[in-house]
Amino acid sequence: MKKRSLIPIIYILFLMLPIYWLIAMSFKTTGEILSGFSLFPQNWTFENYKVIFTDPTWYRGYINSIIYVTLNTIITVTVALPAAYAFSRYRFLGDKQLFFWLLTNRMAPTAIFALPFFQLYSAVGLFDTHIAVALAHTLFNVPLAVWILEGFMSGVPKELDETAYVDGYSFPKFFGKIFLPTIASGVGVTAFFAFMFSWVELLLAKTLTAVAAKPIAATMTKTASSAGYELGLLAAAGALTIIPGAIVIYFVRNYIARGFALGRV
Amino acid sequence: MKTINQKAWLFVIPVLLLVAFNALIPIMTVVNYSVQETFGNNLFFWQGLDWFEQLLNSERFYSALGRQFLFTGTILAIEIPLGVIIALAMPRKGFWVPVCLVLMALPMLIPWNVVGAMWNIFTLPDIGLLGYFINNVLGIEYNMTQSPVAAWVTIIAMDVWHWTSLVVLLSYAGLVSIPDAFYQAAKIDGASNFAIFRYIQLPKMKRVLTIAILLRFMDSFNIYTEPFVLTGGGPGNSTTLLSIDLVKIALGQFDLGPAAAMSLIYFAITLLVSWLFYTLMTKDDEPKRGDRI
Repeated sequence: MKKRSLIPIIYILFLMLPIYWLIAMSFKTTGEILSGFSLFPQNWTFENYKVIFTDPTWYRGYINSIIYVTLNTIITVTVALPAAYAFSRYRFLGDKQLFFWLLTNRMAPTAIFALPFFQLYSAVGLFDTHIAVALAHTLFNVPLAVWILEGFMSGVPKELDETAYVDGYSFPKFFGKIFLPTIASGVGVTAFFAFMFSWVELLLAKTLTAVAAKPIAATMTKTASSAGYELGLLAAAGALTIIPGAIVIYFVRNYIARGFALGRV
Repeated sequence: MKTINQKAWLFVIPVLLLVAFNALIPIMTVVNYSVQETFGNNLFFWQGLDWFEQLLNSERFYSALGRQFLFTGTILAIEIPLGVIIALAMPRKGFWVPVCLVLMALPMLIPWNVVGAMWNIFTLPDIGLLGYFINNVLGIEYNMTQSPVAAWVTIIAMDVWHWTSLVVLLSYAGLVSIPDAFYQAAKIDGASNFAIFRYIQLPKMKRVLTIAILLRFMDSFNIYTEPFVLTGGGPGNSTTLLSIDLVKIALGQFDLGPAAAMSLIYFAITLLVSWLFYTLMTKDDEPKRGDRI
């Protein structure tokens, strides 16, 4: 038994090493980083973090990212809920084809969409807005959300719907008061996935923004090329991008195991 | 059983509109480019299927495609078994379960360019933790910017680091859904550990593993940001995967026609492999689970 638990321990250590290195670097000055190898910061400095929290070009990046990720999560879950309900409860003309077509959008390489998206969103006047990135990210989030929610909804027996109708519930009332609370963990997991894939994506977010809605990741790449190689600052900015994800995952920690089964195991 | 109800379409309309706006219009733009030649200034000339023909005869495309399959094949061959092994070794209940899950999920929540940058500084030969260790403690020469082998090992290590947890979490979800009674029955029958794995655990994990392989296939086949930030496709072209090459052609050289043709072929390959795999993996249990995909 003891030997067996070594495997996850070693694996987690392997996962933590690069993260440790990033965080250790963020507390070093760029001079110290470049001057040679040291396992721990010799002269602890918070200067890097101070720059990020006081310079608007840096902290605006975080705010922008959080705005479009939140918008995306809301849009994704809202439109995916009714669709997933339809797929899990009814048969209709072309349902299987439609479901597979939705999934194909998850398969499309985002690199393909970079240029057309730029043109499309410029044409409709949404270029460099948060909503543009939020909408663009629904391309790969909505299919996944429908897939996950459909799994959770299929796990709920149909008798629940029928009993509610017999009891005189209207559809919206049933959906909001009975059905949604039943699949609350599914909604949480879906929101988590939507948040995650929108937060980590850079190519589209960068293509669709210039100044007003520029994501933190783009600020980082720009700094990396323009301000020389400010390694300490970049490490601090990188370390800070881990925090929102860590917070979100903390909230769904008890659903992760079940949620990753996408509700249907 | 599901009832037939054509009004269900009404529920699907919002998704349909949104995805159509995001997918159909851009794909049609790409199709449009793929049959034309442009010299800028919005001047386009009909080119027919020339770009496709040129692409299918080009050395460059096949070598990028080959590297892409090598990459995807390697990471699948490592991540799937490794993920299953780790999931099997994890505790089933108790305090450590959420701790393990949260820590394991952490790499997946880091923006992709940060992942690339992080591995870059992690592997720098003179000041990175791993790079320093391999060069100065193990005494093996390791420099990603010079040796293609080192670059390959690094991008694969990075992907294993980044995504094995997805396989772990999915397999783990499959494992915890097995009732204790199954294990007790196996114990009474005197089943070996391998037999338990083969006849109880593996069948229960089949569905989640299908999802894991599909997601990992699609995402690794489309991978762009992480290897681009880590190696920039180099040294030379040794780690130029399909997406990196595509962006190079489209935005670097602004050859829209060839890039569009390449996009379509690229997309078609992803679609075909995913569909084949999905059909094969779900063939057996199709009647049991109803006729849904």
